[in-house]
Amino acid sequence: MELAVFYVAAVVAVATGVLAVAHRNPVVNVMSLVVTFFCVAVCYALLAAPFLAAAQILVYAGAILVLFLFVVMLLNAPLPTTDQPRKAQRIVGAAAVALVGLGGAALALLVAPAPRAPVAEGTAAAIGRLLVGPHLFAFELVSVLLLAALVGAMVLVKRKA
Amino acid sequence: MWAELAVTAAKLLAVAVVLLTCVPIMVWVERRGAAFIQDRLGPNRVGPMGLLQPVIDAVKLLFKEDLTPGGVNPVLYTLAPMVSMFVALVTFIVIPFSADAGVEVFGVPLRGIHVAPDLGVGVLYLLAISSLGVYGIVLAGWSSNNKYSLLGGLRSSAQLLSYELSLTLSVLGVILVSGSLNLQEVVARQGPELWKWHAVTQPIGFIVFLTAAFAETNRLPFDLAEAETELVAGYHVEYSSMRFASFFMSEYINIVTISALTVTLFLGGWQVPWLTAQLTGWPLLLVSLAAFAAKVAFLLWLFVWVRWSLPRFRYDQLMQLGWKGLLPLAALNLLIVGVAMSQGWM
Repeated sequence: MELAVFYVAAVVAVATGVLAVAHRNPVVNVMSLVVTFFCVAVCYALLAAPFLAAAQILVYAGAILVLFLFVVMLLNAPLPTTDQPRKAQRIVGAAAVALVGLGGAALALLVAPAPRAPVAEGTAAAIGRLLVGPHLFAFELVSVLLLAALVGAMVLVKRKA
Repeated sequence: MWAELAVTAAKLLAVAVVLLTCVPIMVWVERRGAAFIQDRLGPNRVGPMGLLQPVIDAVKLLFKEDLTPGGVNPVLYTLAPMVSMFVALVTFIVIPFSADAGVEVFGVPLRGIHVAPDLGVGVLYLLAISSLGVYGIVLAGWSSNNKYSLLGGLRSSAQLLSYELSLTLSVLGVILVSGSLNLQEVVARQGPELWKWHAVTQPIGFIVFLTAAFAETNRLPFDLAEAETELVAGYHVEYSSMRFASFFMSEYINIVTISALTVTLFLGGWQVPWLTAQLTGWPLLLVSLAAFAAKVAFLLWLFVWVRWSLPRFRYDQLMQLGWKGLLPLAALNLLIVGVAMSQGWM
């Protein structure tokens, strides 16, 4: 049962991931990415991490990609006609992506350590304790980084206006 | 295992049917309520007090021609109402409609009228899924190839994103006090005493949540996605027949869901002061279910009441209220709750 759900989610995630890159309509790209994130959330849920699954949908599918879609629709991005990449560029690009992808997978299979037992349960309480316990420094660092990005964005916008 | 699956399926079916039945009832309440507030009669020809009017409306919608205008993106145009309906129909499974009264059905514990009682991240699940609802509106607006639709879709994506922040932040105060994301435990934490309900202990959070709820369901005074006086009908201008009806139905189902969530988070859920603490078994189940339904019905009437009492905000006023009014208030509520908890007052 769980295996069947996993295979459906994985296949759909990969297929929509390809569609997100390959389709020429930017709105379709964004919507494919939404489905990809949804399927990844299903995989998290199968891995007994319901909090991560909900956060994935809430943050990525529900907020960030809405912003993507908002920008795409607001700019009403024209379909690229003049700036098409050359055939050689395409082949090199595809080969590079394939090489990195396959190489990464092979590396992971070869040198990856044996699967460890999960460090903590996937519940909100366990993740919260990990975040403000052992990983407090990294957590605070990320919040400072995000604040810096916010301030930076404000500064950049102000200068142009 | 199979018996438990059957009980869950039965609960799912029952709640879904009741929710879908709420739609025609709400349409009738809305039209009669509007007429009452505006000193008119409202629909009163079909059936007693016009009660059968929604049936006629539904039949009319079913048999209208299902148009697909030229120039639309056919895939996304078809997908949009489906997304709206899907989101509206899967959110309610984490809401406890009644007490877990320890009742058994065919030897299987019923665990209350609550479809997914074991989902630990209940509130987060509901917020996550309902945050996907914006896609239905945005896709409809974009794929219709109509400037009014596009404007409605753009406005609503900005509006929903802005108010989702205040909504989530005001829920955070309740979660902090409850110490759990499971809604049944949130209800249990509020206890049978009236002064422990979160609407009483966190009035600021309650007001912020209710206001944001109106915005999240695209209801007046925040219905800028439709705004019929300036955008014709906004994102669903080009839709007809059942595809239009799906948007219509999902809007009403969303109102019911958010009312149920408000009752659960802030108004003590299914509890009645004093009374529910005295009962057990089937009486508790039935009384709690009736109490929940009564509270939700009151909030539904509030939605109608506000709609016909307040005019629509201007777009910049809407954004001002969201970012400069509600968000700081929600943060203030969180601060107060945090201080009160650290001092042991809560």
